[in-house]
Amino acid sequence: MSAYLLRRLGQSLILLLIVSVIAFGVLHLAPGGPLAQFALTPGMTQADLARIAHQMGLDRPLPLQYWEWFHRMLDGDWGRSYRDNQPVLAVIGGHLPATLELMVSSTLIAVLIGTWVGVLGALRRYSVFDYLATVGAMVALSIPTFWFGLVVIYAFSVRLPWLPAGGMYTIGEGSFLDYLHHLIAPALVLALVTVAIWSRYMRSSMLEVIGQDYVRTARAKGMPERVVVLHHALRNALLPMIAIAGLQLPTLLGGALVTETVFTWPGMGRLFLDSIGYRDYPVLMGVLMVTALLVLIGNLGADLLYAVYDPRIRLD
Amino acid sequence: MTGPAVLEVADLSVSFHTDAGVVPAVNDISFALRRGETLALVGESGSGKSVTSLAIMRLTPPGAGCVVRGQVRLRESGGAMQDLLALPPAAMRAVRGSRIAMIFQEPMTSLNPVLTIGEQIAEPIRYHRHATRGAALADAERLLELVGIPEPRRRLGSYPHQLSGGMRQRAMIAVALACDPDVLIADEPTTALDVTVQAQILELLAELQARTGMAMIFITHNLGVVAEIADQVVVMYAGRAVEQAALPALFGKPLMPYTRGLLRSVPRLTPLSRLRVPLTAIEGNVPDPAHLPFGCSFAPRCEHVRAGLCDAALPPLEQTDPGHFVRCVRWRELDG
Amino acid sequence: MIPASGSIDIAAPGRARPRLGRGTRRFVRHRLALLGLIAIVGLALAAAVGPYLDPYNDLHIDILHRFAPPFSGPHLLGTDQLGRDMLARLLMAGRVSLTVGFAAMILSTVVGTVVGVLAGYYGGVIGAVLMRFVDAVLCFPSIFLLLALAAFVQPNLVSITVIIAATAWMEVARVVEAQIRTLRDRDFAVAAVALGAPDRYIMFRELIPNAVAPIVVAATLNVARAILLESYISFLGYGIQPPVASWGNMLNNAQDYLATAPWLAILPGLAITLAVTGFNFVGDGLRDALDPRLDGR
Repeated sequence: MSAYLLRRLGQSLILLLIVSVIAFGVLHLAPGGPLAQFALTPGMTQADLARIAHQMGLDRPLPLQYWEWFHRMLDGDWGRSYRDNQPVLAVIGGHLPATLELMVSSTLIAVLIGTWVGVLGALRRYSVFDYLATVGAMVALSIPTFWFGLVVIYAFSVRLPWLPAGGMYTIGEGSFLDYLHHLIAPALVLALVTVAIWSRYMRSSMLEVIGQDYVRTARAKGMPERVVVLHHALRNALLPMIAIAGLQLPTLLGGALVTETVFTWPGMGRLFLDSIGYRDYPVLMGVLMVTALLVLIGNLGADLLYAVYDPRIRLD
Repeated sequence: MTGPAVLEVADLSVSFHTDAGVVPAVNDISFALRRGETLALVGESGSGKSVTSLAIMRLTPPGAGCVVRGQVRLRESGGAMQDLLALPPAAMRAVRGSRIAMIFQEPMTSLNPVLTIGEQIAEPIRYHRHATRGAALADAERLLELVGIPEPRRRLGSYPHQLSGGMRQRAMIAVALACDPDVLIADEPTTALDVTVQAQILELLAELQARTGMAMIFITHNLGVVAEIADQVVVMYAGRAVEQAALPALFGKPLMPYTRGLLRSVPRLTPLSRLRVPLTAIEGNVPDPAHLPFGCSFAPRCEHVRAGLCDAALPPLEQTDPGHFVRCVRWRELDG
Repeated sequence: MIPASGSIDIAAPGRARPRLGRGTRRFVRHRLALLGLIAIVGLALAAAVGPYLDPYNDLHIDILHRFAPPFSGPHLLGTDQLGRDMLARLLMAGRVSLTVGFAAMILSTVVGTVVGVLAGYYGGVIGAVLMRFVDAVLCFPSIFLLLALAAFVQPNLVSITVIIAATAWMEVARVVEAQIRTLRDRDFAVAAVALGAPDRYIMFRELIPNAVAPIVVAATLNVARAILLESYISFLGYGIQPPVASWGNMLNNAQDYLATAPWLAILPGLAITLAVTGFNFVGDGLRDALDPRLDGR
């Protein structure tokens, strides 16, 4: 098992390297470059620009700039925000928890609902429920997340005054309950896509498992259907879903950005969007790296979980 | 092998209702099984032998797609015969795994890969006998020892993939024997194993049978195995019994051309058989159950077929000697 | 048909439920694809021809009649905050969104196919490097990448199309690479090599034509994805810029008017959903039709 994990770790590190090159390249090769922000300042002369470029090390060859940037990153120096000169890591660190909370709560909801729908669809294959669930999942995948957010806000904040229309806390309040009250809507909206994908994959995984010989053996032992499904079938059907969860991370992060925008949730997605407006390069690069890191760590974590959970891999 | 029957199967029929029409998989199978007796259900792939066993256990697909008719009577502890096919599902579940148990062909895939052997053996004990986990595991350990698995205590915590094929099949037998069943149905349990392991498993089954007195239905297409273990044989073809007899009668005086063909096509390396005939195969293929030929199902492949006679009507199952039945209109002529 | 070997698929015991038979299921699946096709064609026709039929101009500002709700007056789908006819705007926006989606699909499919074929055919180091690169790009959420690119280009139709394509080609490359890799070792390809055919010939005349099925499926699903992506960045303000309307940027201010004029938000979203659903249904139906091996549903 450890050989397998080491190999995966190595692969992830290589990917991380390539990711850093891409992140660097995207932001430095775009027309305008890091100087775009300064070029807009009135009164700025070419000489001034050249001086700033030299100060920032932007007149050096690109690969060298990348190398220095990469080394600084490894040291923990991710630069300072153009906006308020705060260390980038601190800025991101301030916004990351909110995004993580949103993602985790949303995933929990989605997995619970998705597993239930998928398992039921598999057990009652071709039934009306199954058909509706399949079609519903496809429609759900076609709905723009932000539009769904707007619809939810309209339904539950405008028409029915049940949920707040955005933000993390009501001004003046700060209780945990208030936080949860604000978390429900964005978490549910973000969960839509995950529920759709999870339920479809859960269904096919369950279908495959239900047809296996060991399920037949469990029935031959006289076990009630509930035990057969939950204890024997589901445990095996959930195994490949771990990998699915890992692969969902980029989509989840992207959805989080959009959801945070609609619900003014103070997370990393909002930060990224705002930083684009300010052309705040250091923060932008930092956030890009963090998202890729989250994806890589998440996938590694999924592999680790799989290796631990499946006795065939754990005991090798 | 004496005394009243433990299991009586009467006119068992299984048909599948598919989009393509009605497929009669099993038709009018009847036999009786006594305590300690082994009945071999013999036939090629597609003869309906597996479906028969599943129907006895009521493990066929539920719903209108599969219709099971007939009676499967199991002797209760009080002595009365109980028709399993008429039982409500909950009552049948109580019988399944505790009074009739089944082992399957592929030990590799028949055990749950994410549960330990101990858990899987203990499960029916805990459920049917309401035992605690500790007590059930202790029983499981004893069972592992009974089936000849070394280091049984350690093996309780093993997972299926950590055992060899033969050991896995032994574990499966332990699972089946967990609640001391009256009848064990073994669906080709040795087909997927090496020949040497096969012999060990057969020996184990015989030993267990002698010890517990359980009856066994052994499904196989291997006549060599049949010769080893069976007391009674039912030969199936295209869903029907075409010859039924005690072992010595079937091997000594086979009447149905199909049975004869089967016996002739078995290579003989041991001095078991008294018949020394050249190896010949039966021509043709097993018919499609959805499109059985009219009359005798074996007629198209039979070397003794008489047009107008064999394909006119389905031959009935006739008794030739006490306990010997055959489904062939020409058996009298072909005898001798 | 029950296979003659006697192996019966044993379903879960339980109460019999109303089931749609296998034949019905296939028909229904195709019916969905058909519905999707009708939706797409309908939308495309409406977008192309509709503006000529609608008496109102999408750019005509009429402050006096702003915020007219749908089905209430002369404007069939109401007016927006500047009094512009919603129906006209939706149709014109449809032209933009559908065109961008389709064009981005073409571009991303071409790029993805080329990368996939090269990686799948040559394999070895080239293949590994290319596919690692694809994997790395896939580590970034599309929207983040898209925004990063969008912020630094002039937001016109062409540039937006290009950057959307830049974030959508990876899936196609993966699918194509996998397919080419298996086809490469098949007899017909090996024969072509033995006959001395040049690489380019083998790739384009022998392998790609046999990989058309998954490419078509991926391309169809890519249109859906491209339309969605365009709507996302236009909503966020970095895509198609006003006064040119797209379904996405029509939603840009809609959140502010959610309480007073909810149709400003609901209508464009419905249009997007309809278009994307249509392409997804068709793509799914194509996958079902072109690759029967995937029947695990």
